[in-house]
Amino acid sequence: MKTGIIGRKLGMTQIYSEDGKALDVTVVEAGPCPIIQKKTKQHDGYDAIQLGFMLKKEKKVSSPLKGHFLKTNKNCYSYLREIRLDDTGEYEVGQEITVEAFNVGNLVNVTGTSKGRGFAGVIKRWGFHGGPKTHGSRFHRAPGSIGASAYPAKTFKGTKLPGHMGVQRVTVKNIQIASVRLDKNLLLLNGAIPGKNGGLVVIRKIQ
Amino acid sequence: MTIMDLVEKEQMKSEVPDFKAGDTVKVHAKVQEGEKQRIQVFEGVVICKKKGANRTSFTVRKISYGLGVERIFFFHSPMIDKVDIVTRGRVRRSRLYYLRKLKGKKARIREKR
Repeated sequence: MKTGIIGRKLGMTQIYSEDGKALDVTVVEAGPCPIIQKKTKQHDGYDAIQLGFMLKKEKKVSSPLKGHFLKTNKNCYSYLREIRLDDTGEYEVGQEITVEAFNVGNLVNVTGTSKGRGFAGVIKRWGFHGGPKTHGSRFHRAPGSIGASAYPAKTFKGTKLPGHMGVQRVTVKNIQIASVRLDKNLLLLNGAIPGKNGGLVVIRKIQ
Repeated sequence: MTIMDLVEKEQMKSEVPDFKAGDTVKVHAKVQEGEKQRIQVFEGVVICKKKGANRTSFTVRKISYGLGVERIFFFHSPMIDKVDIVTRGRVRRSRLYYLRKLKGKKARIREKR
């Protein structure tokens, strides 16, 4: 069944699999996420479920959002994210999605916000090789030529130059689930996922 | 305790051998050969121990047919059956990487009394 859940990245560590291999895993605290709203093709143009994550005090939520939450749920939540589905028939508003929906070995896509790198140069941002550090070289980390002269007399759009790097929506595909801990609402994902520790991630099951 | 600590402590062995860099140890490692599992002994000097909850690892160095061989083991790995301590060495640092450059009599380690 196609499904998804919202989680918080806690950090990376290592666990040993049953056959004794060491796996590098990312620990994600995911759910429980109640379904706040169901979007349908007739009404909204697409099928999706809207999930809430992390409780928020009712008095800290703005009135319009409070109405949206309390129409279908008892509590208010900090985050709202949508999971697109082919068919929302199996889900009902108010139902909670927990890590129980995931099994060991399932493949998931993980979407998060990448770490911010600030204003980065071309070596960090685009992988330019740069020049020699020594031997009288006066060319170190600069981008070099960014175009020709009289023709075309401009720098082409999309030229790789320094600028802001990171803090972008990044999706890593086909991550295997190494372990599921129901008691603590944890998913252990095999490998790295985008973002810093504590960052919000959306996990979508693809099988 | 944070959740990360709980996850890390979960698979840690409760009874662990007490050895340090400089000690000579016999590591009984499980080796999977097709269907069968057998135990292989690797004997040598511990040249470093890196700490970090269940990620703790140690490096064992030995001279095999005149060639230096190093193997890194995970301290809490289920693939390690047991670790026997052969001798305790007296060394003055925690990482004995200098042994890599030495051979013969110079590569000896004084025994702890």
